[in-house]
Amino acid sequence: MSELNSKIPEGPLADKWNNYKEHAKLVNPANKRKLEVIVVGTGLAGAAAAASLAELGYQVKAFCFQDSPRRAHSIAAQGGINAAKNYKNDGDSVFRLFYDTIKGGDFRAREANVYRLATESRNIIDQCVAQGVPFAREYGGLLDNRSFGGSQVSRTFYARGQTGQQLLLGAYGALERQIGLGNVKMYSRHEMVEVVTIEGKARGIIARNLISGELERFFGHAVILASGGYGNVFFLSTNAMGSNVTAAWKAHKKGAYFANPCYTQIHPTCIPVTGDYQSKLTLMSESLRNDGRVWVPKTKEDAKAIREGKKTAVDIKEEDRDYYLERKYPSFGNLCPRDIASRAAKEACDDGRGIVPSGLGVFLDFADAIKRLGVEVVKARYGELFPMYQNITNEDPLKTPMKIYPAVHYVMGGLWVDYELMTTVTGLYCLGEANFSDHGANRLGASALMQGLADGYFVIPYTIGNYLSSEIFTKAIPTDHPAFAEAEKEAKERAEKLIGVKGKKTVDDFHKELGKIMWEYCGMARTAEGLTKARTLIQDLRKEFWSNVNIPGSLDEFNPEFDKAGRVADFIELGELMVIDALNRNESCGGHFRSEYQDAGEAKRDDEKYAYVAAWEHKAVNADPVLHKEELIYENIKLQVRSYK
Amino acid sequence: MKFNLKVWRQKNAKAQGKLVDYTIDNINADMSFLEMVDVLNDNLTRKGEDPIAFDHDCREGICGMCSMYISGRAHGPHHAATTCQLYMRSFKDGDTIYVEPFRAGAFPIVKDLVTDRSAFDRIIAKGGFVSVNTGQAQDANNLPVDKADAEKAMDAAACIGCGACVAACPNSAAMLFVSAKISQLALLPQGGPERNNRAINMVNQMDEEGFGNCTNIGACEAECPKEIKLTNIARMNREYLVASLVNE
Ligand SMILES: Cc1cc2nc3c(=O)[nH]c(=O)nc-3n(C[C@H](O)[C@H](O)[C@H](O)COP(=O)(O)OP(=O)(O)OC[C@H]3O[C@@H](n4cnc5c(N)ncnc54)[C@H](O)[C@@H]3O)c2cc1C
Repeated sequence: MSELNSKIPEGPLADKWNNYKEHAKLVNPANKRKLEVIVVGTGLAGAAAAASLAELGYQVKAFCFQDSPRRAHSIAAQGGINAAKNYKNDGDSVFRLFYDTIKGGDFRAREANVYRLATESRNIIDQCVAQGVPFAREYGGLLDNRSFGGSQVSRTFYARGQTGQQLLLGAYGALERQIGLGNVKMYSRHEMVEVVTIEGKARGIIARNLISGELERFFGHAVILASGGYGNVFFLSTNAMGSNVTAAWKAHKKGAYFANPCYTQIHPTCIPVTGDYQSKLTLMSESLRNDGRVWVPKTKEDAKAIREGKKTAVDIKEEDRDYYLERKYPSFGNLCPRDIASRAAKEACDDGRGIVPSGLGVFLDFADAIKRLGVEVVKARYGELFPMYQNITNEDPLKTPMKIYPAVHYVMGGLWVDYELMTTVTGLYCLGEANFSDHGANRLGASALMQGLADGYFVIPYTIGNYLSSEIFTKAIPTDHPAFAEAEKEAKERAEKLIGVKGKKTVDDFHKELGKIMWEYCGMARTAEGLTKARTLIQDLRKEFWSNVNIPGSLDEFNPEFDKAGRVADFIELGELMVIDALNRNESCGGHFRSEYQDAGEAKRDDEKYAYVAAWEHKAVNADPVLHKEELIYENIKLQVRSYK
Repeated sequence: MKFNLKVWRQKNAKAQGKLVDYTIDNINADMSFLEMVDVLNDNLTRKGEDPIAFDHDCREGICGMCSMYISGRAHGPHHAATTCQLYMRSFKDGDTIYVEPFRAGAFPIVKDLVTDRSAFDRIIAKGGFVSVNTGQAQDANNLPVDKADAEKAMDAAACIGCGACVAACPNSAAMLFVSAKISQLALLPQGGPERNNRAINMVNQMDEEGFGNCTNIGACEAECPKEIKLTNIARMNREYLVASLVNE
């Protein structure tokens, strides 16, 4: 088992990033112009990186599968972005944000990365405000904050219920400015389907032009993946329909290790599933837990009466309600971290106290907040969220409590990267949700936007220079190089095989089947027995997929069913790796809950044996992957049982 | 529920398109419009026919991908909602529903209901930003912004760039889209230094892309899923006029 070198800089925690920046190698402006960088993805991480690198003088090529970079999934983030500004004077600091994030991640993240993230959080807010991002403000004209889960200070900046949209449009504006200046060449409706490596270094990609179906070759001195998360492996999730693992997975198969794939975030406040025609689940932002109180009836009888429509929420008297988060976690109450709130909801429903017909739902009630603040204040605070809920469910949350249930939302796992955000393939970087870096086993709310932007605006512009400084003598490699031809051939053969199956089942049939397996055995509660079974089920599903999937149309046209099929093929392989990882980790931590390892419902970590990052090396689709461990060393904080009581 | 659909089918940009009839049954009133199309596509695929191509991604009304012209209205019969936020309970059992792409000369059809809206990106590239490089910013709270202005800027910034305004306008004008961005930045102090060039450059690009003129019909505001207001167009015209005078 080889050791992974995370390249954490020397020195005290608070000085590491400065030390790094002061000693990183630089590339002079004339040389930057000769260096080409590929950025796959234009979400917060990718757009920020592409714009910042172009501003520095690199020649950038950026890719996204949507019709415009402005539509990346980051656009859907609602609640907010954290930053240790301490504008509220409530005792916040870089160290506190660092500590909350490490603890929120159940002590499974790398100290040095998280500290850097907390440090850069402050610059992000400055940058975004300078771009004209219309954050919420107080009457004095200064920036407003709200609270998010897992923290006792108010450090979340927001733009109504559309924070992701506004941050992304800021980054998109910066990107379009560079496109206009000719420093970035943008390839929309392009999907990366292969990484090209030459002599062990990433040197380009093969992308499918989604309109013509053609495979196209692109060279870069370095390649950055910022392709987002893979929550759609569960079929139903809060992710956009197109979110996928393909870019990361192809890199994995070319040598990039995949870290902690089983760490999945199941978000407690989503609109419950109602029918099997449903194509996605809708998140109700965590910010609602600032004012909303989560409860179920104390008795099963009352819950049953509600399920059957014989009673409604208002019929249940105050003393007959169980505000279970406030009861179990008095010091954080409704604002405890997501993994904990999700498990508590599952527990209440497993106990027969769910309040929707399927039994899988709890109340999120704003009645007290409305009494305290008035309807107008509550409405103003949550912008689009209330109408959105009403539109989907046909119920007005200002009159009756929302009904919510946990749903897959975010993945902490992703490609393994070192401190410089480089994967195990030289010259191949990974940013944003696609990497594994900063959130350990559970991500706190409002910290994904922070991480994506920190990676893109403030980390990669420094770290990539440290590598590219040694590449200034490498001339642009023409794309008729055999390595490009080989990679294209691989992609072409795979595509032809896939479309040639002409079986009986649709792509969605397989995707739904995979989702069911993942949710049942690798969801909120996992067991060795279930995971073992899941692995066989997934292997069988993979075989059936490649022999019985039916994809209409041809390869030389705009063919969304084919695009989907390629993504599902990768999800199936990823699903197996997630199960293997979950089975390997004989402990419970954060979003990974193994029923065998618990203290009366609370996750039981095993720091002796599992205080490491599990980084998996791909061998072959039919062979076991190889585990590499990065030991997590905590020099600045003490490992503790995570308590929100 | 049961519906008769008349859907625009067009193989690619160059091909001739036409409306094709489909009937669909067993539709649940709580399905979204796109989920209804998913079911139709599932049926088509199983029958060996080509499914209907349409743009969609977040399915919660924020990414701006979805873009169907439904029975004569951009994003369908509902006010302030995108296609993905339209539910079948808004229709009557047995209804005939027309489904067409967003039509405009500047939005060429790619396939079926999918169009090319990259003209919007090219307009933004001409000035829909503040020119501040990464790392050049001062502390965020050094620049207080009047709360009322910040709110108005946010109202304008809520635009999702879907193009419903263009599709709804008989002249295929893009004024609402362009004015939303110009307004957002004109309302904020950060946008001040570049406001003249921004207005001129974005408006010029808009004309170059072939969008039409505004004749104050107001269909754009009526169909905008994000309720972007016509007052933005007035503000843009003022910005443009002032800029033209200054640049004279
Ligand atoms: C509903 C919702 C609400 C959220 N709210 C919050 C919040 O309030 N606060 C918070 O901090 N976080 C929130 N999150 C999480 C956060 O939004 C995401 O983790 C983050 O935006 C991911 O950004 P990204 O840049 O890594 O990826 P994305 O924004 O997902 O971008 C991925 C990009 O990669 C491209 N891409 C992918 N694959 C390929 C390929 N093969 N070829 C070419 N291009 C490709 C896509 O086109 C896209 O441009 C929320 C998430 C959801 C789902």
